[in-house]
Amino acid sequence: MQNLLLLIVLAPLAAAALAGLFGRLIGRAGAHTVTILGVAVAFAGSATVLYRMLYEGAPAFNEVIYTWLVSDGIRFEVGFLVDHLTALMMVVVTFVSLMVHVYTIGYMHDDDGYQRFFSYISLFTFAMLMLVMSNNFLQLFFGWEAVGLVSYLLIGFWYTRPTAIFANMKAFLVNRVGDFGFVLGIAAIVYYTGSLRYADAFAAAPEIAAQGFIPWAGASWNAMTVVCILLFIGAMGKSAQVPLHVWLPDSMEGPTPISALIHAATMVTAGIFMVARMSPLFELSPTARSFVLVIGATTALFMGFLGIIQNDIKRVVAYSTLSQLGYMTVALGVSAYSVAIFHLMTHAFFKALLFLAAGSVIIGMHHEQDMRKMGGLRRYMPITYWTSLIGSLALIGFPGFAGFYSKDSIIEAVHAALEGGKVSGAGYAYVCVVVGVFVTAFYSFRMIFMTFHGEERMDHHTKEHLHESPWVVTVPLVLLAIPSVVIGGWTMGPVLFGGYFGEAIRVLPANDVVAKLGEEWHGPLAFIVEGFTSPTLYIALAGVATAWYLYLKAPALPARIRAGAEPIYRLLENKYYFDWFNENVLAAGSRWFGNRFWTIGDQFVIDGALVNGSARTVGLLGALVRHLQSGLLYHYAFAMIIGLSALLAYILYRA
Amino acid sequence: MLINILFYLFSATLITASLGVVLARNSVHSAMFLVLAFFTSSGLWLLLGAEFLAIVLVLVYVGAVMVLFLFVVMMLDVNVAQMREGFTRYAPLGALIALIVIAEICYVVWHPSLKLDMLGLTSDVAASASNTRSLGLVLYTKYAYPFQLAAVLLLLAIVAAITLTMRQRPNLKKQDISAQVAVRKGDRLRVVQVASEKRP
Amino acid sequence: MIGLPHYLTLAGIVFSIAVAGIFLNRKNVIVLLMCIELMLLAVNFNFVAFSHFLGDLSGQVFVFFILTVAAAEAAIGLAILVVLFRERRSIDVEELDTMRG
Repeated sequence: MQNLLLLIVLAPLAAAALAGLFGRLIGRAGAHTVTILGVAVAFAGSATVLYRMLYEGAPAFNEVIYTWLVSDGIRFEVGFLVDHLTALMMVVVTFVSLMVHVYTIGYMHDDDGYQRFFSYISLFTFAMLMLVMSNNFLQLFFGWEAVGLVSYLLIGFWYTRPTAIFANMKAFLVNRVGDFGFVLGIAAIVYYTGSLRYADAFAAAPEIAAQGFIPWAGASWNAMTVVCILLFIGAMGKSAQVPLHVWLPDSMEGPTPISALIHAATMVTAGIFMVARMSPLFELSPTARSFVLVIGATTALFMGFLGIIQNDIKRVVAYSTLSQLGYMTVALGVSAYSVAIFHLMTHAFFKALLFLAAGSVIIGMHHEQDMRKMGGLRRYMPITYWTSLIGSLALIGFPGFAGFYSKDSIIEAVHAALEGGKVSGAGYAYVCVVVGVFVTAFYSFRMIFMTFHGEERMDHHTKEHLHESPWVVTVPLVLLAIPSVVIGGWTMGPVLFGGYFGEAIRVLPANDVVAKLGEEWHGPLAFIVEGFTSPTLYIALAGVATAWYLYLKAPALPARIRAGAEPIYRLLENKYYFDWFNENVLAAGSRWFGNRFWTIGDQFVIDGALVNGSARTVGLLGALVRHLQSGLLYHYAFAMIIGLSALLAYILYRA
Repeated sequence: MLINILFYLFSATLITASLGVVLARNSVHSAMFLVLAFFTSSGLWLLLGAEFLAIVLVLVYVGAVMVLFLFVVMMLDVNVAQMREGFTRYAPLGALIALIVIAEICYVVWHPSLKLDMLGLTSDVAASASNTRSLGLVLYTKYAYPFQLAAVLLLLAIVAAITLTMRQRPNLKKQDISAQVAVRKGDRLRVVQVASEKRP
Repeated sequence: MIGLPHYLTLAGIVFSIAVAGIFLNRKNVIVLLMCIELMLLAVNFNFVAFSHFLGDLSGQVFVFFILTVAAAEAAIGLAILVVLFRERRSIDVEELDTMRG
């Protein structure tokens, strides 16, 4: 088992090293062969692990592979914890990664950085696997930062574009804010337990929850709440929750396969995974969970609104990712961790599909991303059209598609929590997720209609060259479309209600909303039938209908609406002024402080008072003393004699 | 008794000569007083049994150094009157300082606890072998290297004095080697284009 | 009986006179040099006196070296004086203040 796990992790790393260091030597074909082989090995291994766990009853693997160092009793280790949660994540990560690798052959066909790109995404696979397979906080943090690094490198992959450099800098800085909270959270855990291992932290969870944290005299917070909120701040950065979401839309500057792999399917879900993994801790802090819930609900709804007005096809998908991440976070907030992971999985498939389909469109349009210049692509790119339609149906939660099961479960879970009445903020969250359904449906089909239907708005030259993408692009689309349809119904029963996660996710019986859902669970078909009767579907269909009316039936209407609701439109256009706030308040404030530190602290105090000041003091002293240096011989002689007689007098006096 | 009388006589002469050096208006007179001071010192040193040094003092100082002084004094055309400016103004201060230093020295030297006046009563160096011989023995054995150094020092003084005072005459013909080395073709050679004459 | 204190006192008096001479003759460099010679003589007196009363010849050897140094110093000092006079037509010490701070 241990060797298999090491193979899974190290195969992508070795491939990345080969492609990165010897890319020139092995050439383009060599680079993609070796990295696809590495990721394929990792996928096969992950699938084997999952198979063994499911059908052979293999126990969870939790062992230390290597002790890096021991300092003051705290052990810094590399170790693997592979249980059902991890196995699921491993399969999702490696499968999507494999698809993206294959797709990249087509997408990056003409790019100069071909080998570099393959090296990066393989390295990403390695880092993500290290993150999900870790059994201690240190390795988790390593994976966390490593995926962040690769994300940074890939957003700025086209490093000659100023916008790309700005975007990767932004992603890096915003993630630093989140990581700051994350590191503090880990530090708090080490402080309370003296260990970096998950197992020790979980064992000590009740003791931590019993302690108080005193930030200043007169205040006392629950220590567990502090720990959980700090950890969640890390998740907010990585999983792009409000207000640390600002980097994700800009990250679309990177190549589309990256948007699919890192900024939709895997890396951004690391925060969700981490919170699910820490479920024994979060369960003990209702305050922290309410915080999670409110943040998630806000993200789910308000980021969806932004998707409505975007014209860049990738940005629409990006905002939909933000919104869906919000849904997952909402599920975490109501203790439905398994539902969050379930949605994470289905979302990984259909969102990767949507991104890759968008990429396929972009290839067909010669790297034109503006939807206003598309339209009617259905006839030219049938496979892309059908696959993205499947992806969109899954996204809006049409009964039978993967997203339906997971998203409906989330809404049901929030509803159950609302009825349970124990979670503060559940009412707000419920409104947000239900309205979010309409918004999701609206922007998804707005994108479909604007891109694939309606009149053909592209120029003549582009139209002549329009054709379906090569097989390396379409095969991953088809392969991702299949799970986007079936994975939900196939796995929902066992994953949510069959006790699949076992000990990996711990939920207090009082908070267990999933169990309540389970009482009404009668198999996937019954769930579909139930779906047709639930209002959620009709809300979604209303969204689709609205999109159809506005963008196909009466294309002139959106402009009129826009003119009528100018202030709202401007608010959305400026993304609720988050960027404005960051740039003009936070960044400008920091710069102001920096400038003050520079002019006052550095220039005035250090340079002025200390450095030049000491020189000036010496100079002043010298200016005084130089008057003694008359240059006249007898003055010196006189001073000598006076000194001599005075010294002599002193010695005589002493004797 | 005779020694006592000689000591006081020489001492009085020495102090008078010293005052003369300091107070004389004319530099030549100062130099002559200094010669006198050296002579009386030489006599006092004889009383102390340092015959060799006494002779050296007379030969070197009076014979060489003081002649040099006189030579310079006479060579330089110094305005004597101008040289005396400010003399009386600083005289009280100088005298005061001198008296204080003398008082302090006397206090130390005559302090009973030191018993300096009892020294030398037990031994009589002067009565032993020739001072010159014993000095020579020490100088050429124990102090051989310092003696060599002193010789080098004197050589150095000679060289320094000559280089300081040597004067280049403006139109002296001599070789300048660095100029010869640094010379360029263009400094010496000039190629001129001359129009050829037509054959008559 | 004439003892060591007598000689030391005599040397001190001569030294003090020389010091006072430096104060008084603040214009004439030649006299200043002479005063320095006088001071050296006073110091030599101490050496010789101690050498005699302690029965140790080292003092006299030292005097020998001091005489050497004094001769060298006089030679160089006078050489400087000559150059100085050639440059400035004056040996006024008060004009020698190029080293003034």
